[in-house]
Amino acid sequence: MFNNAKPVTFLIAEDDPDDRLLIHEAFQESLVSNSIYFVHDGVELLDYLRRQNKFADPAVSPTPDLILLDLNMPRKDGREALAEIKSDPQLRYIPVVVLTTSKAEEDIMRSYDIGAASYITKPVTFDGLVEAIRGFKQYWVQIVCLPAMDAT
Amino acid sequence: MNEQNKFFNILIAEDDSDDTVLVQSAFQEFDSAYNLFSVQDGVELLEYLRNQQRYLDSTSAPRPDLILLDLNMPRMDGRQALAEIKADPYLRSIPVVVLSNSDLREDILRTYDLGGAGFIVKPQTFEDMLEVVKVINQYWFEVVQLAGGVRLKNGKSNGSVPIFTG
Repeated sequence: MFNNAKPVTFLIAEDDPDDRLLIHEAFQESLVSNSIYFVHDGVELLDYLRRQNKFADPAVSPTPDLILLDLNMPRKDGREALAEIKSDPQLRYIPVVVLTTSKAEEDIMRSYDIGAASYITKPVTFDGLVEAIRGFKQYWVQIVCLPAMDAT
Repeated sequence: MNEQNKFFNILIAEDDSDDTVLVQSAFQEFDSAYNLFSVQDGVELLEYLRNQQRYLDSTSAPRPDLILLDLNMPRMDGRQALAEIKADPYLRSIPVVVLSNSDLREDILRTYDLGGAGFIVKPQTFEDMLEVVKVINQYWFEVVQLAGGVRLKNGKSNGSVPIFTG
């Protein structure tokens, strides 16, 4: 029953290049080889999801099965982007997991309130991040069925 | 991440009592700190969450940190219950994970569209159920920050007897 066969596409919205690198490495450490794509802020995230501007080609920018979203980003932050995604009937079925340094109760409550599927505080150490990504992938890749729109 | 003295309330909405027992037994295999509660259909689920009818007492029917929701139940099914929970400003921050026999694409899509935080096809063996429960525990109670903050495990008799309702 545990489906490791299907490829899962993750889209990660993160403005900090160091964090992008760490997340990328943590994904590789945690053994499951899935496709990950990065965008740098909320504007790019929405462009990507709506296949606008430089994200027009679905072969290069495939629809993600799940979005990992930083909250504090320039231009359009994660709170705004999350609200936009969850109010768009074409996009709201995509689960969005918040991954942020913020531990503020207000951010946690608000993220769940506007439709985040879960909220993860970025661990401060690389080992902690690897551990969190491992738990994240065991849940979302191994035991959960994702919507997988591109699978049709 | 794995903070001490936390405990979690998990509410299971499931009409088949064998399945409820299977889930409960799987949770009991793990030495984690949580209380399990159960209801048998969507109507009871909403009554529990709103502390109505026989769930008036919020100490015996506390707000859950996580809901495990079956889809096919009498009176009010899981789809309707999920829609109601996610439309209620007081309830919608509670993560709802669907645990169903269905593996229909339509059910999966609809669950996410309505705001479900995961769709799991119900394992058919106890061994697989243990694996699912283990991963749920690790993800939701060690990796994730849940809404509602940390509660201390005070006043619990050494964490032993989970309370079952319904």
